[in-house]
Order: sequence, then structure tokens, then C-alpha cells
Amino acid sequence: MSTITAEARLSSRAAARAHSAVRRRRYLSNAGTLVLSAALVVWTLAPIYNMVLISLEPEGDVFTDHIWPRVASVESFWGVLTQGHWYLEHFWHQFANSLYIGVMVTFFALLFGSLTSFAIGRMRLRHGWLVSNAALLTYVIPASFLAIPFYRIMQNYGLANNPWSVIAALVAFATPYAIFVFQEYGRSIPIEVDESARIDGASPVQVYLRIYLPLMAPALVAVGTYALLLAWNEYLYQFLLLSSKSSMTVPVALAQFLSSDQSPWNYMMATAIIYALPPIAIYYAFRRRMTAGLTMGGVKG
Amino acid sequence: MMNGASVDRATAVAVGRPALRWGAVVRSLRGGLKGGEYTWAVAFVVPYIAVFLAFVAYPVVYGLWMGSEAGLYRELFADPIYQSTVVNTVLYLALGVNVKMFLALLLSGFFMRPGWWMKALLLIFVLPWAVPQISTFISIHWMLNGEWGFLNNVLYTLFRVEGPHWLNDRWMALGAVIVSHIWKWTPFWTLILLAGRMAIPLEIRDTARVDGATGLRGFVHITFPLLANLYLICTLLSTIFLLGDFNTVTFVSGGGPANTTHVLATLGIRNAFEIAHPRLGVAAVMSALPLVIPLVIVLMRKLRTAEVQL
Repeated sequence: MSTITAEARLSSRAAARAHSAVRRRRYLSNAGTLVLSAALVVWTLAPIYNMVLISLEPEGDVFTDHIWPRVASVESFWGVLTQGHWYLEHFWHQFANSLYIGVMVTFFALLFGSLTSFAIGRMRLRHGWLVSNAALLTYVIPASFLAIPFYRIMQNYGLANNPWSVIAALVAFATPYAIFVFQEYGRSIPIEVDESARIDGASPVQVYLRIYLPLMAPALVAVGTYALLLAWNEYLYQFLLLSSKSSMTVPVALAQFLSSDQSPWNYMMATAIIYALPPIAIYYAFRRRMTAGLTMGGVKG
Repeated sequence: MMNGASVDRATAVAVGRPALRWGAVVRSLRGGLKGGEYTWAVAFVVPYIAVFLAFVAYPVVYGLWMGSEAGLYRELFADPIYQSTVVNTVLYLALGVNVKMFLALLLSGFFMRPGWWMKALLLIFVLPWAVPQISTFISIHWMLNGEWGFLNNVLYTLFRVEGPHWLNDRWMALGAVIVSHIWKWTPFWTLILLAGRMAIPLEIRDTARVDGATGLRGFVHITFPLLANLYLICTLLSTIFLLGDFNTVTFVSGGGPANTTHVLATLGIRNAFEIAHPRLGVAAVMSALPLVIPLVIVLMRKLRTAEVQL
């Protein structure tokens, strides 16, 4: 009798000890999570906070040593939106140029990419693998390595300062990713769907428009977002090919800001924030689709 | 159309049925497609083939031609700026890729934890990837300003320490470039590795846990072997992307001080447009080919067999 109670007491004490060890470990783990989370937030937000901080400074106040805005002023944002500073005279024009290039690149990358993957993956075109290999090769060549010959070629064609030269380059670099994703995604759609439509007398164009494109909608959204952001964020080709006042885009104008001696830093940061807002909005709106689509591809740097 | 030998064989094998023979040849070319469908399929791929030939293949050939003189490389290798650029590129690749990928691997495990707090943190954490490069790199450039930069202001306000002029020293400037790259791209690769971890079936994890493989042992014996292929592909892809990275160096350090922090991608553009010697610029970029070609071959093999999840 007494041995049993002793044993029971012993085991209950062991259980309590084990319980408190578990609790201690959970507490430590929670504290670790909290510390790591705080560090990650500070690390992530520091450059973005800096951007917001400077954009909120009144013009003469940029060269100070405080780390929070003493007087928050939205003067610089207002200046950008109304093109109020001589540096920002053409802001909306540049914004429109960026948007135009982005929309065109998205449209053509989706069109060419879906047509190609339809012909190769669904119609099973002979030697289609050659085309997908060419696409794959393009995907793994750094775009910046081709910038110099591309610039020369565009000069020879007389396409310098023409947005279509940049659109051509970006379509060439965005379409391979589109083909890659479409082909992989297309495998999840049974080929019998196409076949039965064709037996019913649908032409290839009808199958493409009425069956393939609607079923591919999630992949189209993922790739479209990718292409739009690629074009909006791209700098090197736009810098080389679009230097005139009428063809310049926002990133090129921002870089010009940086290289001038008397940069109005608050206006520059306000411009950088306004330029960043559309991609951030698109990213968070299509987040699920994008994280789904990027598993293997990715945004090319 | 047909050469002599095949005509002979056709007549020898199938006398009197040349039309059928010709049909067989055409069929083999077209695959299973019937006449009209074959035309459509070709018409569907022609736009992309045209884009590829005009804007990828032609520039590649043009570039190879521009950089084909041996004398260019003698000039290039003798250039002290080029020599330091090679060192920078190697350091940038070695540290930028590996530190970033390793952090991404660890953080992807961290973000596997349950709870709304983790989801909210992930939303903040991916912000560097969502904000355009130019905006953030310009901000980092100004943050590192020796006199009025945010970083030195923080150091002074909190610790009364006068920070250095970060971008006036070659190694600190190069370090700033590498850290900026890690800041910008770790979230992206974390998301990819997180997706890879999510794809591991729950049964495997549960079985492993029952067998005593938890914590570090679970990671070494279960998680990492299953992630290894994805991790390798990501590392290779990230190496290629980083090799072609122009923006980070251009905006964070600007290649300065005194052209000591260039990498091959920025040196190519600088040679071509700042000192107006395009062929030397192409040569600088081409000197990366011994690294690029094996990478491209391995990546093409890996990617062709890779599965994409959507």
C-alpha cells in the first residue's frame, strides 16, 4: 500500500517536473519567436521607414540628424502630384510611359506565351521541345548581359527613344517564363477536354479562345502580374534606350534625380514612394496567385 | 523536294504509291496533326520564334561578334579596375547567394510555425520584394550617407557613436551592396522554400516525429533531403540572377569609391557607355562565360525535369 502511494507520488512529481520543463521550453520558444520577429520587423522596415521619413520632411529640413519627423509635411507628395517642382515637370507623363510599357509587355507576353504553349502542349506540335528549350535558355541568360548588343541593334533600327524597343526586350525576357508556367499548368487540364471539343467541330482557334484560355485563367493572372511588375520595375533597358524627355519612364527619372548635385531628397523619396505604390497594391491584391505561380520561376532581378 | 536516294527507295518499296509515301513523310513532320491544324499550330508558335530570333538570338550573336577580338581581352585583363571587379564579383556571388539562401532556408522553417502572428509577420516580411528595387536602393544609398544618413543618425541618437562614411571605403561599400541584395531578395527565396516545405506531405513529418526525428534531427534526416533539390535549383538560379544584377551596385554604391566596387554587369555598361568603348564592355561581360555556360547547362537540365506547382 505504502509503496504504491510512494510510487504514485514519485510519478506525479516527475510529471509535474516534466510539465514545468515543457512550460519553460514553450516560454523560451515564445520569447525567441518574439525577439526574432521584432528583429525581422526592424530589419525589413528600416529602408522603407527611411523613405517615408525623408519624404515627410519640409524641403530645407532634410539635412538634419533626427530619426523621426519633427514636423510631418505632405508638401513633397503634393509637389509630385501637381508636378510642382522643376524636377517633376513631366512626372505624370513619365508615369503614363511606365504604365504603357507595362501594359504592352503584359499583353504580348501573355499572348505569345499562351499561343506557344497551346501549340506545343495541347496541339503537340512536332519539335515543340526546341521552342521550349529556346525559351528556357532565354530564362537563364542574364538580361543585363545582352544590353550592349541590344542597344546597338536598336540604334541600327532607328528605335532609340522609342518605347517599343524596351517593350520588345521585355517581351523577349518575360515570355519564356510565361511559356514555362503555362506548359506546366496546362498538364493539370485533361487533354480530352480539347479532343472532345475538336470532335464537335471546333477549330484550333475556337479551342484556344473558348476552352484553353478560360481554363488557364489562374496561370494567366499569375504570369500577367509577373510581367507587369517586371516591366514596371525594370531599369537598365529603359535607362539605355529611353533618354529623351518624351520617352522617359519613372525609374529613369528617379535615377537622374540621384545623379544630380542638388537633389531635392524629399521630393525624390516622395516620387519613389508614389512609384512603389502600384506594385505594392498589385502584389498584395494578387498575393495568393503570385506565391502560387512563383514556386519555380521567379522575378528576374 | 525529295533527294535522289529517298526517291529511289520510295519507288523500290512502294511502286505506284508515291502519293501515300509523300503523305507519310509529311505526317512524320507534322506529328499527329491534320493539314489545317498543322498550319494553325505553326502560326501559333511563329510570333514567339520571331521574338526569340530578333531580340535574343540576334543580340547574342551580335555580342559574340563584338567581343571576338583577342586583343580586347589583353586590354581588359591589364585593366586594374577589371581586376578588382573580378574580386568583387566573386565575393558578391559567394556571400550574396549563400548567406541569402541559408537565411531563407532558416526563415522558411520559422514561418512554418502556426498562428495569426506568423501570417501577419510574413506580410510585413515580403515588403522588400514588393517594393521596386530603384526606390529601396536609393533609400539605402541615402541611409548610408556619412553626414545625414539615417543609419548614422540612429547610431548617434542611441549610442552617441559617430558612424563612418559607409560608402567611401571599398570594403564597406561592397558590404553594403551585399547586405542590400540580401535584404531585397531573402523574402522571395524564403517564400519559395516555404512553398517547398509546405509541399512535404504531413504523413512523412508525423511518421518521422513518432520515430523520434524532431528538431535538428528531423531537419537533417527528413526535411533537408526532401528540400535539397529545390535548394540547389534556387541556389543556381539565384547565382545567375545575381551575376546579371545591375541595379544593386548602380544605386547603392554607384560602383564607387573610384570604381572599386563594380561587378561585371556594371563594369560592362560603364565601359560601353561612360568611356564609350562598347567592345570592351562586351568583353567584360563575356569574361563571365566560363562560369555562365556550365551554370546554364546544369540549370536547363534541372529545370526541364522540375515540377512547377501552381
